[in-house]
Amino acid sequence: MTDVTPEARHIPDRLDSPLRAAILSWPALLLVVAVGLFVANSFLSPYFLSPWSLSDATFNFTEKAIIALAMALLIISGEIDLSVAAIIALASTMMGLALQFGVGTPGLVVIGILTGLFCGMFNGFLVTRLGLPSIVVTIGTMSFFRGISFIVLGDQAFKGYPPAFGFFGQGYVWWVVSFEFVLFLVCAVLFYVLLHRTNFGRHVFVIGNNPMAARFSGVRVERVKFILFCLTGLMSGIAAVLLTSRLASTRPSIALGWELEVVTMVVLGGVSILGGSGSIPGVVIAAFIMGLVTFGLGLLNVPGIVMSIFIGALLIFVIALPIVFRMIRERRA
Amino acid sequence: MKGILRTREFWLAVIVVAMIAATNFRSPGFASPANLAGIFNDTAMLMILALGQMAVILTRSIDLSMASNLALTGMIVALINAAYPAIPVPVLMVIAALCGLLLGAFNGALVWLLGIPAIVVTLGTLTIFRGIIFLIAGGKWVNADAMSTGFVQYTRIEVLGLPLLTWYAIVIAAAFFVMMTRTSLGRAIYAVGINPTASVYAGIDVGRTTFLAFCISGMLAGFCGYLWVSRYVIGSVEVAKGYELTIVAACVIGGISIAGGVGTVAGALLGALFLGVINVALPVINISPFWQMAISGAAIILAVALNARGDKRGGRLILRQTETAS
Amino acid sequence: MTLPMSKPIITLSGITKTFPGVRALHKVALELYPGEVTALIGENGAGKSTLVKTMTGIYQPDEGEIAVNGEAVSLPSPHAAFQRGITAIHQETVLFDEMSVAENIFLGHAPKTRFKTVDWRAMRDKARELLGEIGAGHIAPDERLKDLSIANKHLVAVARALSVDADIVIMDEPTAALSFKEIQDLFDLIDLLKKNGKAILFISHKFDEIYRIADRYTVFRDGEMVGKGLISDTSQDEIVRLMVGRSVDQVFPKTQVAIGEEILKVSGYCHPTEFADIDFSLHKGEILGFYGLVGAGRSEVMQALFGITRPSKGAVRISGEVAIIRGPADAIEKGIVYVPEERGKQGVVTDLPIVQNISLPSLDRTSNRRGFLRLVEEFALAREYATRLDLRAASLSQHAGTLSGGNQQKVVIAKWLATQPRVIILDEPTKGIDIGSKAAVHAFMSELAAQGLAVIMISSELPEIMGMSDRIVVMREGRIATVLDNNDDLKAEVLVRAAAGITEKAA
Repeated sequence: MTDVTPEARHIPDRLDSPLRAAILSWPALLLVVAVGLFVANSFLSPYFLSPWSLSDATFNFTEKAIIALAMALLIISGEIDLSVAAIIALASTMMGLALQFGVGTPGLVVIGILTGLFCGMFNGFLVTRLGLPSIVVTIGTMSFFRGISFIVLGDQAFKGYPPAFGFFGQGYVWWVVSFEFVLFLVCAVLFYVLLHRTNFGRHVFVIGNNPMAARFSGVRVERVKFILFCLTGLMSGIAAVLLTSRLASTRPSIALGWELEVVTMVVLGGVSILGGSGSIPGVVIAAFIMGLVTFGLGLLNVPGIVMSIFIGALLIFVIALPIVFRMIRERRA
Repeated sequence: MKGILRTREFWLAVIVVAMIAATNFRSPGFASPANLAGIFNDTAMLMILALGQMAVILTRSIDLSMASNLALTGMIVALINAAYPAIPVPVLMVIAALCGLLLGAFNGALVWLLGIPAIVVTLGTLTIFRGIIFLIAGGKWVNADAMSTGFVQYTRIEVLGLPLLTWYAIVIAAAFFVMMTRTSLGRAIYAVGINPTASVYAGIDVGRTTFLAFCISGMLAGFCGYLWVSRYVIGSVEVAKGYELTIVAACVIGGISIAGGVGTVAGALLGALFLGVINVALPVINISPFWQMAISGAAIILAVALNARGDKRGGRLILRQTETAS
Repeated sequence: MTLPMSKPIITLSGITKTFPGVRALHKVALELYPGEVTALIGENGAGKSTLVKTMTGIYQPDEGEIAVNGEAVSLPSPHAAFQRGITAIHQETVLFDEMSVAENIFLGHAPKTRFKTVDWRAMRDKARELLGEIGAGHIAPDERLKDLSIANKHLVAVARALSVDADIVIMDEPTAALSFKEIQDLFDLIDLLKKNGKAILFISHKFDEIYRIADRYTVFRDGEMVGKGLISDTSQDEIVRLMVGRSVDQVFPKTQVAIGEEILKVSGYCHPTEFADIDFSLHKGEILGFYGLVGAGRSEVMQALFGITRPSKGAVRISGEVAIIRGPADAIEKGIVYVPEERGKQGVVTDLPIVQNISLPSLDRTSNRRGFLRLVEEFALAREYATRLDLRAASLSQHAGTLSGGNQQKVVIAKWLATQPRVIILDEPTKGIDIGSKAAVHAFMSELAAQGLAVIMISSELPEIMGMSDRIVVMREGRIATVLDNNDDLKAEVLVRAAAGITEKAA
């Protein structure tokens, strides 16, 4: 402070303390919901609290959550990718094809991930180079990618993946801690750093808030968006490896409808569908919430389709609630 | 004449006709009136749904819940029919339309009153509506045995050589055309999509117009709920699953801009017809029907790319001589 | 002040309108009389447009009363204003690009058939008739609006305003985009409307126009009504004094600086549609003014220079070396920065904190080598430049959108100064900001030039351009009309005539 001349006004960094801001944030609210669900689950079902069933609970959301991490960045930047589930199908099909030619486990993994990356590049090319709206482009590539799987497979399936390949989706790193879960946590940390701690992440937020101002400030908007599409494709490729390994088979209908679940997860995590705001912790907690709801209701023998009502209602509810509160507050004022 | 040549609709029609001609070349008889009528009948529901979706997309929104709305209303009327076979089918049709309208109004109200983006609202209701089917039907199916003859026949009876289903599509398309081109509501829907700010200045309530567009898409989805269950003689949770994106695809291929304000009734109909023809033509020319998905995907990408090319502008016109030279 | 006995058709009294952080109107009053043109005069940001929006039902006043024919009315919506016979030609084009000319004129009140459906034929006929009446018969009713030139779009807007049988016609800077000939046509039309007994509110800050067409005037300053009367009773100086509030000779803090070596040279710069044959040079310590009418291509040249658009031909030399600029990032790296006219859209990111706005193009310097953010340095950088510009904010984490226009502009300038540029381009730097901030921006520009920066300033305000520039480039229709040295002999009329393309003092 010594370099500030006495007559100059001092502008503080922030008025609210960071702690106070964190407590009032969306992820904090989500965390309360998650803990509530956890407690409710443990009362409702005696089987819930066993380490193995908790471990099982992670499997039904980690693959989607891994994609959701990248999707969060993409949506924050103001774009969307509805083709992620189709990318899984195509990547899985490519792995299955390679399997027919006797490719071993390392080769399969590389092919799965590269297919995802190429699909992401294709989306990115269409959106950033040709300037097309991403929501329509990815509805198109969604049909296109999965369509190729259908052409290759028809009503058949690829089976007979090598046992070693099974590790990615079924293996455990230590005791009840699965490889999938560890990979998800590692990815979550990486994406947290990328979005919240780097220049690149800052650019993502700026682009989502105001792409024009971003461009006028020297941000390479198209390049950042292209990279985000590639990242989303890459993560979908990784999810394809995990899912294919877990199911030990490939059908063209694999991961059908996941795109909407991934988007739901991201939006539930507090990412604005209009772009410009959101956080990785929010998305991670939202992933846990969705996993807890699905698993908890599953233990109570509630069918999956009914759970989807809950998820859909939750999505609308969590977004509507702050708006309604704000409206009430404004009306009083 | 020159104006027609420049429209998307014209070229889309040319492509559809060319596809039919090419298929007819490989398999004579494909272009016979009876077969063409069959294709039209098969596409009737997609056309109706695409029109509803078009109204919503024109207002810069999107309705991803149409297929779920269809499935839910279909289940409701199927259950009513199974329980009270005496209720006349036209009454059921009205019930279906009203049910759909209500569900659409729910979407629209959330978008209008709370200002939640349409894609989020309908993503939510997409799963909610489908979940409710399970609840009201207890996870069971309604199949042919449970349906009355009239219920099944009201899409099949032939009038003037065409099945009723076809007539429904024709009547709805005609009414929709009049609404979009000749009524204040139709023009307001376009205006809101082209320029929301200017719409406010012109005294148009943007939120209310969007709400009404959702009501329209909901009502048409609901009516199609009856049509679907009657035509395929099945009501279940799985009805029309994933179809929401096919509807959007028909609109996009038909040249309806996802950015709002641009698109015609003819475009939506042709977009649906394009998908319908591919669907029918592939098996005829010995291509596995499994190709259909990839082809329609490629068609969507191509359609968007072409639409965008038409819209590109090269900066403001300031220089005088270029204005006259071009 | 002697006013004739005729009664006002519309009376506004005590109108107050506030927006978060801004008091747009404070207890203003206005009267319009049938068959007369009242000029509403005021600087940018004086509250004129807000008043128009209040009169047309787009904004609701917080306080005050609007009376039409002596009867108090409320105007909850544009439609309600319409029904009271109030119609407006707005400053920005509020029309529909994808619709036909006829529909643009009649949307919202289209002629109907007996089945209550839109009667397209009647609509086309009426549109043709209406366009003919205002001397725009060359515009076909079926043409799509987006295929029309700006001037023709404007005529469509005029036709739209007259398509209802309105008693009160508001024209918000109707001549901004029109050529000399078109302006004369518009005045003939206004004379016609006067004869038909319409009350006209004419908003402009061009005095020749006001003296040509108006009968009365009302002056706004900083959201308050500061004077009104009959045009014939008042001198131009008196109105200027009311507008500016102090003396007529506004003091510009221009310090004389020794002009240094040439830093930027643009030669043979062309764009397919926007500009051609642009040549100019810029020196250290110089403020180069760009004057011209709105739409003369000044911003377009600067945006090409900044890498937003690509010129088709021509060369840019920076300190003698040819510079290839592929995008804004290249321009920034070479030391050229651009403060855009559209502050809210292109300048600040309204939903991000001030600190992030300021550090945005300088992140490479505040972060470590691998691209990780370092918040302490980021805040330090932002504070340094915010303090230099005397930014008024509660904290650096405040969202930029919550600041006043003047302070937003300071954030944008701070953002660019933090990159330590060599050339700073300011596009209408004081448009829409309060007088206090205006003076601060002017003082700061002078200071920058004194420190050896080269400054380009685009401005459409004569006092500003003449008060601040060392040399003035005048542009017209995408080309440079003339370059003038700004000395005491330079007359404002010379600039105006060069910009409008009038060779002699005819007309």
